[in-house]
Amino acid sequence: MMNPLIPLLVAIPLAGAFLTMILGRFITGIPRYMALATLLVLTFISFWLLVEGGTASSVYTLGGWEPVDGVPIGIYLIHDGFSALVLCIISVIGLLSVTYSISYMARYTSENYFYSLFCLMIAGMNGVVLSGDIFNIFVFLEISAISSYALVAFGVEKNELEATLKYQVLGAVASFMVLFAIGFIYWSAKTLNIADIRTAFSEGGYGINYILIQILLLTGFGLKAAIIPFHAWLPDAHSSAPSPISAMLSGVLIKAVGIYVIIRLFFNMFEITEGMAILITTLGALSMAVGVLLAIGQWDLKRLLAYHSISQMGYVIMSAGIGMILMARGLRSEIAALAITGGIFHMLNHAAFKGLLFLNAGAIEYAAGTRDLRQMGGLAKSMPFTSSTSLVASLSISGIPPFNGFFSKLIIIVAAVMGRFYFLAALAAVVSIITLASFMKFQRYAFYNKEQGKIGKEIREVPVPMLLSMITLAAICLLLSLLVLPGIRETVLAPATEILMDQAKYSSQITGM
Amino acid sequence: MTVYRLCFILFLTGLYGVITRRNLIKIAISLSVMEFSCFLFLALIGYRDGGVAPIVDMADPVKPYVDPLPQAMVLTAIVIGLATTAMLMAVIIRIYRKYGTFDIREIKNLRG
Repeated sequence: MMNPLIPLLVAIPLAGAFLTMILGRFITGIPRYMALATLLVLTFISFWLLVEGGTASSVYTLGGWEPVDGVPIGIYLIHDGFSALVLCIISVIGLLSVTYSISYMARYTSENYFYSLFCLMIAGMNGVVLSGDIFNIFVFLEISAISSYALVAFGVEKNELEATLKYQVLGAVASFMVLFAIGFIYWSAKTLNIADIRTAFSEGGYGINYILIQILLLTGFGLKAAIIPFHAWLPDAHSSAPSPISAMLSGVLIKAVGIYVIIRLFFNMFEITEGMAILITTLGALSMAVGVLLAIGQWDLKRLLAYHSISQMGYVIMSAGIGMILMARGLRSEIAALAITGGIFHMLNHAAFKGLLFLNAGAIEYAAGTRDLRQMGGLAKSMPFTSSTSLVASLSISGIPPFNGFFSKLIIIVAAVMGRFYFLAALAAVVSIITLASFMKFQRYAFYNKEQGKIGKEIREVPVPMLLSMITLAAICLLLSLLVLPGIRETVLAPATEILMDQAKYSSQITGM
Repeated sequence: MTVYRLCFILFLTGLYGVITRRNLIKIAISLSVMEFSCFLFLALIGYRDGGVAPIVDMADPVKPYVDPLPQAMVLTAIVIGLATTAMLMAVIIRIYRKYGTFDIREIKNLRG
């Protein structure tokens, strides 16, 4: 079934970016509402596809090029259980970030460039998530990467420029590794369609090339996802960007172009091998532990949050790796399913609470004019809404019930124990406790210290659009924990796990159509 | 097989330059070397000895054509590479205006 709504998810933000740029030159004040309208439409479409699509996957062939003798030609856009969830978080966090930007970005000039780049970044991410063609993933990856380089540098001061330089150099190295790997894939498999590549690879006999491709892709997308040996750019880029952009980068971008692609390629394109599964699990566990240890000593609020992003993404990678190990050994597939479900669920949760935390950090910076925790204090009285929403987010990320982070971490730890990975389960629990300590420090220094701090001016609560998006995200943090309930879990999380577990299904639905 | 190995060596040369050079312009040049080794690799994959341009001649359709798909990929990748390089150069010029140097050892406000 060709669903005509699928290409709109890429086309609408592209058109929005173009029109915002042109019309914003002539009519001042219109770009923000155009970006808002674009994101509203996208949110509606992505939720409609999630609800209407159900467990079925739908494929859209661009230009109507039908497969010839079961060999797909042309570019395919694929919407299935896993991509549906990622599309929803992109749209929702994007919508709330734009709402927040209406007040926050008022201090900056060149409003039309900001919203235009924002729409372009959304278009790139949606394209990466929907694409069923490996070269197209590269093209959309670059669209979102280039617009995010520009957005990180939006303040054009010393720090922003230095951060974007690091981000660009490492991002470019990552992109060329991916491009080189795509060249190898085309050389070996003579096709670019992910499903078709899988069919070609499953016949085997590629030897050293196969391992080289896997390593190049893991390094390339690992750099984009900031897994631990490749994390150097993330704390700088995420802390220097304007706060709504930090929320987008940390909440969505590293998932859509990093984690999502790694999981998609290693489950649906390559045959799962135990060696690669162990490598991915190790990298995940390493980023989980090292990220949180680096976060403890930070006094810059946004830098602290950025290091926690590395640590939380480690949970997702580790649980996907545990699932891969169990699948490679070919036993206990129900535990593998549990681990993968936990990983996907934690990815959704992290988008909500880390997005909220960066918006809180932006609100504090907006009101108090500083990001240094040592200079803050006693903000709870003057900023009650920011304080209470950040408490919700802090409790979520540290895994306190009844907030969403508790349930996803619980699923991951239970799956690790049942799969007999006792060390990893213990490590996950310890990291969670250190995270709690680190966020207690944030709460205490920013909001509850007795004295007024060293700011020396009257602090007022931030404007309504900023409050609105923070309160909505806090509500989402609570509502997401409903996803664990039986009945809701089967309809939302299970299709995503199923498409990753059932490897033959992904390729057969595309080549068999 | 040798040409592919040489491509990979060119790629690694670029990577070496990115890691060891201290001048921002030289880093940008090294990135371009990496980029063009990828393009060369893609173009070589599609090449065949004695191949002709992939335009089907109806009178005699069976000929050793070169593979057109890598060529399309290279064209797309060149456009993307142009955007990346332009963006990087714009940032380097801005950095020179703010810091007054191209040396990365002196550009270190962000730490920890």
